[in-house]
Amino acid sequence: MSDAIRPFLAVVSARYRTLLQYRAAAFAGFATQLFWGAIRLMILAAFFAAATEPQPMNLTEVVAYVWLGQALLGMLPWNVDADFREQVRDGTVAYDLLRPLDLYSYWFGRTLAFRVAAPTLRGVPMVLFSMVLLPIVGLGDWALTPPASAFALAGFVASLVVAAMLATAVTLLAHISLLWTISGIGMDRILTVLVTVFSGLIVPLPLFPDWLQPFLNWQPFRGLADVPYRIYSGNIPAAEIGGELLFVLVWTIALVLLGRLILLRGVRRMVVQGG
Amino acid sequence: MPQIEVRGLAKTFRVAERLPGLAGAFRGLFHRRMRDVHALGGVDFDIERGELVGYIGPNGAGKSTTIKILAGILNPTAGTCRVDGLTPWRDRRRHVSRIGVVFGQRTQLWWDLPVIESFELLKDIYRVPAAVYRDNRDRLIALMDLEPLLDVPVRQLSLGQRMRSDLAAALLHGPRLLFLDEPTIGLDAVSKLAIRDFVRELNREAQVTVVLTTHDMDDIEALCERVMVIGNGRILVDGSVDGLRRRVRNERVLVVDYDSADDALGIEAEGEGVRLVERDASRVRIAFDPDRLPAATLIGQLLAQGTPHDLFIEHPPIEQTVAELYAEHDMRER
Amino acid sequence: MNSAALLVRYLAISLRGQLQYRASFLMAALGNLLNCVIELAGIWVLFDRFGNLSGWSFAEVAFFCGTVNATYAIGELLATGFDQFGTLYVKTGDFDRLLLRPRSTVLQLAGHELSLRRLGRLLPGLVIVIAAWAALDLPLQADRVGLLAFAMAGGVAFFFALMVLQATMCFWTTESLELMNILTYGGVETASYPLPIYHRLFRRFFTFVVPLACIGYFPIVAVLGVDDPLGTSRLFQVTAPLAGFAFLGVAIGVWQLGVRRYTSTGS
Repeated sequence: MSDAIRPFLAVVSARYRTLLQYRAAAFAGFATQLFWGAIRLMILAAFFAAATEPQPMNLTEVVAYVWLGQALLGMLPWNVDADFREQVRDGTVAYDLLRPLDLYSYWFGRTLAFRVAAPTLRGVPMVLFSMVLLPIVGLGDWALTPPASAFALAGFVASLVVAAMLATAVTLLAHISLLWTISGIGMDRILTVLVTVFSGLIVPLPLFPDWLQPFLNWQPFRGLADVPYRIYSGNIPAAEIGGELLFVLVWTIALVLLGRLILLRGVRRMVVQGG
Repeated sequence: MPQIEVRGLAKTFRVAERLPGLAGAFRGLFHRRMRDVHALGGVDFDIERGELVGYIGPNGAGKSTTIKILAGILNPTAGTCRVDGLTPWRDRRRHVSRIGVVFGQRTQLWWDLPVIESFELLKDIYRVPAAVYRDNRDRLIALMDLEPLLDVPVRQLSLGQRMRSDLAAALLHGPRLLFLDEPTIGLDAVSKLAIRDFVRELNREAQVTVVLTTHDMDDIEALCERVMVIGNGRILVDGSVDGLRRRVRNERVLVVDYDSADDALGIEAEGEGVRLVERDASRVRIAFDPDRLPAATLIGQLLAQGTPHDLFIEHPPIEQTVAELYAEHDMRER
Repeated sequence: MNSAALLVRYLAISLRGQLQYRASFLMAALGNLLNCVIELAGIWVLFDRFGNLSGWSFAEVAFFCGTVNATYAIGELLATGFDQFGTLYVKTGDFDRLLLRPRSTVLQLAGHELSLRRLGRLLPGLVIVIAAWAALDLPLQADRVGLLAFAMAGGVAFFFALMVLQATMCFWTTESLELMNILTYGGVETASYPLPIYHRLFRRFFTFVVPLACIGYFPIVAVLGVDDPLGTSRLFQVTAPLAGFAFLGVAIGVWQLGVRRYTSTGS
């Protein structure tokens, strides 16, 4: 386990320092996510305004869904770590093999740090803005409401932890696939599409057509966003939280095992080809 | 009129100070302290047509700032500069069409293209008339032995091959002034010699003025009559390579070889301005100051003590000279 | 050699370069295509659930979506050098190399690359426009088609200008700035829906400050032949795309300022 923790701490600290150094980028990133949130909300609200029958989610739940999505955007596994890609490209990744540690754990720690560093920095101001500031300036209808209940909050936190693991497992699969494709640019794009659609980022999953729901309910990406956000707003009732968490956890374990398996073959390939 | 005329050239940059640690990084998010860095503090020099000038100094001394200003891609804070009658940064486009610039660490060729196609593209970019281009191209290809490389994509060239191609590329439009920034960096010995030969040839035969910045003192010794040393934003020395040596320490080393170690053992050298540096088997090295003790007198003394098999006078390596000069002015790599 | 010919030459070279890396180009193009397709799918999902959007039909919204995607793709195609300016030129110091050449920096950057993978967005965009045109039963008249082409030309200038502005920001900060993504990707997203659904402040911003609606919503309302719920006149709608060209002029002026700053700070 320490094979994962040390690189995790090192990368988190390094990323924090980098992110803070670039203050314009930090503010710009925040503004960008605000803007996206606002546009998505206006579009969804316009659709809701025309709705005559009850929908699987109400507008308040959708508002929470959108803001949380913006706050935690960086956690979604929609891209690969550019540093890692560079390492694969110039072959220095082979040095990782020389370290006396479990490679998968080591990379898992690194990747987890890559996934969670930015959202912890950006998420807090986004939540403060959407929960506190919006009602103050008279836009209470568009504000992020507090969690449905204390239990929902606890479930939300737990589901976020699992979501971070799942996001890391998915990112790591993409990282490992770089050992084969190297440039990874195309891989990035396709991953982005898969993740943004099936996590619920583009359109909240419950608003998809009813006949698609059985499929959407069983695919892993919903654990990244849809599950935590709906637990938060109470759209997933308290009684179902445990089952949902278990569902995401099982997918996470499956993807970790898959990653280990593929990495094993990747390492063999690396050793044969000499990087 | 000199080709390059520089008077009182100064450049000050403002940089943000970074506070250490995570807390510092947080504070930097909202407030930043600015600091002035004086990269150049009033520099004067002239360079005549056809000169080959070495421009040296430790990193951060103001070397590349000077070159960037002379090339027209950086404005100075104060001072004037005329190159062939133009102020480089005011008439940038006209100015750059008359000069050539080679950066040893970067290429100006297109990575994925065969060398010859980069040349063709540069011809169009610089609007070189077809006949002039053909002449220059053929001459450069012959001179740099580029024929076998022409159809190879640049990314597949070795560093030495790339450097030769880059040099040729910088000369296709027939510039009368060439800036070379570390042209031999990272090259193997054979490639270095080829580049030096070419630069010398270019300067002598084609009368192209060359300003060479480098950390490799062998480049300077092999090529330059004149050398300018910059440190802390000022020109410290501007003169011949010999003059640079003399200015720092007027010392020569006489190397004397005897037939056997036994013969060498008895040799002594004493007196004003003389000291025995080293006794290594049958070889003796004696440092002396030629102003205080002429070489002939010293050699006379030695002949009186025994018959040498061979003797010659060594210059102190210029690298050492320059290092001493830097130390004298308290210049550290910044 | 004149500038236009040199530009063509540059672009021809870029194409050859990309064909050397065919696999990665195809993957990237496919990714772009999927991006465009899922955008439309997202719209379809919402229409499937809610039926209509303040009176606009799915085909009409698809028309907005297709046009802006195709327009954006062309602008991006021509401005790849600006899009990647920060990482490729400023961070590496390679911008010096462009300054050392006796040609305009805008020309050299426009010629940097004709990035074929952007076609991945152009093709589906055009297909969507044509399909929506058919679904709406719009008559194929020269003035409609001409107005659409004019709007798209203004749009290309507009998005090109955004890329130039984004690159210009790199002279002040070497950080990769997402801010412009608001206007580029965010602009595509915004212009995929009719303007009236947005808050008043957003409408003003995208009309008067950053004239996105002038190359999207307004002329397209005229192409569709519907009345604008916002009450603008036909004359305004058909002349609005001019704002895209004016915007480009401003952007190039700002770019020149940036270059001047670069040559006095050297970074």
